[in-house]
Amino acid sequence: MTALRADVWRALDTVLDPELDEPVTDLDFVESCTVSGDGVAAVVLRLPTFFCAPNFSFLMVADAYDAVSAVPGVTRAEVTLADHHASAEINGGVAAQAGFVGSFEGSSQGEATAELDELRRAFFRKAALAGQDRVARPLVDAGAGPDELAGTVLGDLPPSAELDRMRHRRSVLGLPHDDDAPLLVHADGSGVTSGQVPLHLRRARLQRVGIEANGAYCSSLLQKRYPVAGS
Amino acid sequence: MYEKNGEKYFVVDSHSHFWNAGRENWVPGAEHYAKGWIDCFYGYHQLGPPETHWDYEKFLRPTPEDFERDVFVEGHVDHTVFQSTYLREWYKDGFNTAAQNAALLEKYGDRWIVNGRWDARDGEASWKEFTEDHKRYGFKGVKLYTAEWNGDSRGFKLTDPECYRFLERTQELGIRNIHVHKGPTIWPLDKDAFDVSDVDHAATDFQGLNFIVEHVGLPRIEDFCFMAVQEPNVYAGLSVVVGGLMHARPKMFAKVMGELLFWVGEDKMLFGGDYNIWTPKWQVEGLVDWQMPDDEAFTDYAKLTTATRKKILGLNAARLYDIPVPAELQLAAPEGAMA
Repeated sequence: MTALRADVWRALDTVLDPELDEPVTDLDFVESCTVSGDGVAAVVLRLPTFFCAPNFSFLMVADAYDAVSAVPGVTRAEVTLADHHASAEINGGVAAQAGFVGSFEGSSQGEATAELDELRRAFFRKAALAGQDRVARPLVDAGAGPDELAGTVLGDLPPSAELDRMRHRRSVLGLPHDDDAPLLVHADGSGVTSGQVPLHLRRARLQRVGIEANGAYCSSLLQKRYPVAGS
Repeated sequence: MYEKNGEKYFVVDSHSHFWNAGRENWVPGAEHYAKGWIDCFYGYHQLGPPETHWDYEKFLRPTPEDFERDVFVEGHVDHTVFQSTYLREWYKDGFNTAAQNAALLEKYGDRWIVNGRWDARDGEASWKEFTEDHKRYGFKGVKLYTAEWNGDSRGFKLTDPECYRFLERTQELGIRNIHVHKGPTIWPLDKDAFDVSDVDHAATDFQGLNFIVEHVGLPRIEDFCFMAVQEPNVYAGLSVVVGGLMHARPKMFAKVMGELLFWVGEDKMLFGGDYNIWTPKWQVEGLVDWQMPDDEAFTDYAKLTTATRKKILGLNAARLYDIPVPAELQLAAPEGAMA
């Protein structure tokens, strides 16, 4: 039993907040996670505010449902979102596998006209740019100049979790991610020239600050909304 | 006016509210939205220093006496700009209407600046209300809450044709300042709720208007900065940035300020205290004392000068709102000549 719950938790580790690019487990968005004797996994997610954007919220609930359902030994997944203005639509829609558009059909919350694949890609593009700052920053701090940075390929870099993460984001987007791919690339996958390096790094850092600032607000607000008992 | 170490700061709070979120004002059937909304604000409120926290019940509805004390008596604020936000779908008499905001207008006169609002989705009725209010209050600015629910609509974009027409008419009236707030939901739901590209288009097409993007486009600071660097009439409204990060997340505050100073620049950043989510006192005093940290992680970011602080705290907003600044509170030449 405990082992199966651990497997479910590991599955939840793969579910990202698309905007913050962090796992829902690290973000403390998992309110509860239980597995019954007959393999029914019940997961309740929670978010920093009542009005967190419904599209991002839907993605997290749907992704959690898919990840948990795929765990061997889980006979059924019940994933719900608590305390949210669109809880009813999202929970019902995910349980019925209705997709985003179907979930909001006839809803008083508003109308969805498309599934969320493009939105997800837009946030992966942001994450891939922020990742370039995370991976390149130690080189910059060590004194690497524009020529060196423009000539650096992924195979030159020491292994790191940040590098793996950036490679994964790029592979999903169809951007170069093999060992011979440049570290610094534009949104279309082309390499950044040495003359373009300073501005490109500025943009990458701004993107990273943007994502991390959002994370800071979300984390602060979550702590106020769901204070740890006794603190 | 705030004085510290012999320096005097002229303070304009460019983003203030005087709301009524009391239970008696919640629309029957929509109570959970009304409560969810103000609870969300109360969450932000608690990101300020603990000694500034209010009791929840008091937070629902401040009194004119609260405002007077917190903003003018203790808050160092010389002039304050009220942003009207109606939210009538959830609040019977509106959340924060121009009429409510005008509560102390008679007493404080030109220190008390009320911005109007219109909603192009309501057509001529909204324009009529707006122009009547304009006669009464003499608007210099408009607050547009693009995520406001209205009937079946869950929001609008500045580039919607009817909205463009209203922007034209606003410009014709000589009202120059458009405060834009992006919010939690917008129709259709599948789009990025906080996309600021419509502000980009409008700023290009309406050169006679200033677009103050409140909360610096949070949570899309990067998109906002990439836009603001290209558009001379786009400004950064710092409400929520100061209140939500300076105390709760000081290192992140430093990074966000560093990026804003680099991309947007100190001439286009406006202090906003966001009363009564937060009181202005600790924000004004904190900003005057604040400096970019010396740690290695911040070496790329510019240090603040006294002139930077003076511009952000009040001189930039005074320029947009034609507020006369006493000579002793202006920047010394040559910077003063530019202001």
